[in-house]
Amino acid sequence: MRTGALAARRAMETYGEVPLVRLADLPEDALVVPLSGIGAPTVGHEMIYGEDEPRRVVEEVERIFGRPPTAIMSSEIGGSNGVAPVAWAAQLGLPLLDADGMGRAFPEVQMISMHVAGLPADLVIMSDIVGNVVTIRPIDGLWSERLARAVCVAAGSHALMADYILTAAQARGAVIEGTVTRALEVGRSTEGAAEPLAALQRELGAARLITGKLTDVERRTTGGFVRGTATIEGTGDDRGRTLRLELQNENLVAIEDGEVRAMVPDLITVVDTETAGAIQTESLRYGQRVAVLAWPCDPLWRTPKGLETAGPRAFGYDLEYVPVEESVKEESRG
Amino acid sequence: MAEGDLRVGIDVGGTNTDAVVLDASDRVIAKAKRPTTPDVTAGLRAALDAVLTELAQPGASGGGAYGMEGGVVWGRITRVMLGTTHATNAILERRNLGRVAVLRLGAPATTAVPPLVGWPADLREVVSAGEAIVPGGHYVDGREIGLLDPDAIRRFLDGVRADAVAVTGVFSPAGDEHERAVEELVRREYGLPVSMSHEIGSLGLLERENATVLNAALYTVAGHVTQALTSALAERGLSARPYLAQNDGTLMTVEHAARLPVSTIGSGPANSLRGAALLSGVQDAIVADVGGTSTDLGVLVGGFPRESAAAVEIGGVLTNFRMPDILAIALGGGSVVRDGAVGPDSVGYRIAEEALVFGGGTATLTDAAVAGGRLPRGVSGWRERLEAVLAERLEAVPAERGSAGQGSAERGPGGRRGVGDMSEDIRDTLQRALAVADALALDAVDRMSLGRADRPLVAVGGGAFLLPERIPGVSRVIRPEHAAVANAVGAAIALASGRVDTIMPAGESRSKAIERVKEEAVARAVAAGADPAGVQIVDLLEVPLSYLSEPAVRVHVKAAGPLTR
Repeated sequence: MRTGALAARRAMETYGEVPLVRLADLPEDALVVPLSGIGAPTVGHEMIYGEDEPRRVVEEVERIFGRPPTAIMSSEIGGSNGVAPVAWAAQLGLPLLDADGMGRAFPEVQMISMHVAGLPADLVIMSDIVGNVVTIRPIDGLWSERLARAVCVAAGSHALMADYILTAAQARGAVIEGTVTRALEVGRSTEGAAEPLAALQRELGAARLITGKLTDVERRTTGGFVRGTATIEGTGDDRGRTLRLELQNENLVAIEDGEVRAMVPDLITVVDTETAGAIQTESLRYGQRVAVLAWPCDPLWRTPKGLETAGPRAFGYDLEYVPVEESVKEESRG
Repeated sequence: MAEGDLRVGIDVGGTNTDAVVLDASDRVIAKAKRPTTPDVTAGLRAALDAVLTELAQPGASGGGAYGMEGGVVWGRITRVMLGTTHATNAILERRNLGRVAVLRLGAPATTAVPPLVGWPADLREVVSAGEAIVPGGHYVDGREIGLLDPDAIRRFLDGVRADAVAVTGVFSPAGDEHERAVEELVRREYGLPVSMSHEIGSLGLLERENATVLNAALYTVAGHVTQALTSALAERGLSARPYLAQNDGTLMTVEHAARLPVSTIGSGPANSLRGAALLSGVQDAIVADVGGTSTDLGVLVGGFPRESAAAVEIGGVLTNFRMPDILAIALGGGSVVRDGAVGPDSVGYRIAEEALVFGGGTATLTDAAVAGGRLPRGVSGWRERLEAVLAERLEAVPAERGSAGQGSAERGPGGRRGVGDMSEDIRDTLQRALAVADALALDAVDRMSLGRADRPLVAVGGGAFLLPERIPGVSRVIRPEHAAVANAVGAAIALASGRVDTIMPAGESRSKAIERVKEEAVARAVAAGADPAGVQIVDLLEVPLSYLSEPAVRVHVKAAGPLTR
């Protein structure tokens, strides 16, 4: 996360600020390149990106499509893949599209809005740190994942990847718009706020599921994912209540007294009660004073295909999806 | 008593420099406290002189028992261990720092974030002689990213004026050949000292590089510390061997410290924890070091400090040092008490004049504790004094109203005014303040205990008596003798250690590879001054990694042992 922020700041100092463009302002045939890092986080903190990977990916895009891209886009606004595209756009001298493919973060590659919209995963372009460029023409999403993973490993478990390259016309309804602006607004809402948590909750329009203390975190790494549970016991007005979170890299389901209070694809975030800073699942620790916020996902995720891709059943929970507005309605705490 | 059985521990703290003498059975036989001086060295000498004088004085806790002349008893001191803030101060004040040529091995990787990005501009100005990213470094699986290019390194070094070189190779904790080759080249051709990142930090390139650059900038300061310590010993006719304390609660020889001065940063909290372990005889505990302004809580695991998982900032620079996991809360003997609240402001070192119990005009946590019947070990009459002060005030200004907390603003000559309230009200305020302080301490203990309630709490520091007799979440509260100098005691008993942090295959070759890493950690402990016969592996941590071709684990191993006789 910090490495991404440092890279973004440095790139803007060197190459200038990054213009943010809206999808509505792009011509129909404008080419948009979604970019994301792929690989092991531990490797990313040690073998940091070079400055040439985005240029090499874009040169290959130009060779294949016969025209230069108009803008780049973050595949995933949550986490380091939300910040790093600012550096990539600056290095390329291209604008950043005010949109992403999730409107949040998801742990699996097919959990992306372009897939929900039915766009094919038939082209993947990757560049590694030494200058190799690999173009893959997979027959479906499964092969896309399998082959990209193999290239990533050969490249030292760290590479830059473009997939679901699309025109502005294709992007309408297939990407989640306004998410970069939204991320900036959320960040600014807590900056210098007298009560950061209240300011954040207001900004997000989020329900506060509980305010309390983290009393138990259980984690295990399986299949490349960190899975587990976190238990929060209420304090203050919430004394006597207990909330359990189910985790797989992200917070998937919030349960209280056997009742589901919120679930994917709606957003569930654990924040520090003092600073309102988000605490990622790998940083959850006993004793932290936290609030759990939940708010609605983008409507795209609530379509049948959206729920099939990233709803509770996609994560192995035999639950009927209930929007967070309904599940917390009767006792929404402000 | 055999010859050569005494050790001196010195700890330079923010307020005081403490010194102790320990005998062969780790008993404190002399102790002294002197104010820390701005230059650090004068305070160090004063504390050393004071403890040596006490040691030689008949009737004092040390020399008296030994009944011999100063020269004779001093001759029995074999080691002097110093925990000092020289390096921290140099970085915070940007003083005496060397100019460093910053070399990173990894191009074309890592160029998106060049060295020293994110440093405070003034520190970077003082420290950096220039930065370069040249070919070299390794992949996570051990392959070379690129071959070393000696000419590129020479071109860079020919163009800078530096006092030292810092070299950081990508994945050097797992493969240090490139860094070693650069070190050889620089020493041979440029005669400059070189900090190698694999000796200094763990995985996480930027944080490790930052620590390596700071280390290279501290060579001059390391020289000063070594010089100050060795000359102080020589002037006093001591032939004792000097050691320096480091951030994990273990020691280095001065030769080792001269190469790794950055490791001395953060030794204070580590020494305090280790000292608490010895003085209390407990190996697993929560430790609260209660001072005048704040209380530092840490956790002892097997006699060593539990380390923090979070990155550590030094002078505005992020590093990946493994420091003790410390929770500091604004609660100390000088914390100002006002209606319904304690602190966070404190009268600090002025407590001896300002607290009610000492005849001052400010109600402090010390007053609240004394009113509640909590007293430091061995003192008497405090409670009576406080009662007298309260009674006097009641008579002196019966009509004036105002809360105790306004005392410092209203305080007149001699502190006779200010607490112009009825003493019943003050008593009530003090009583409530003590309850608030206890709740703060309880909350902090709970945060550090991670839910385990079976361990004791060891209270050290000058304010140890402020804590209550019973704290939910701990089995009991221990207030050991000599608690006020626990940090100096910790320095005196510290072990020497070595650590390795690397990535290795998780498959069949794992057990062999782990053995090799253990051997390396032991070798590093011996290099730091440990007795090869007494070194043990004290910490072994494996973290599985995802998204790699072969299953792999990140391994952290630490070895420690007593110093060579």
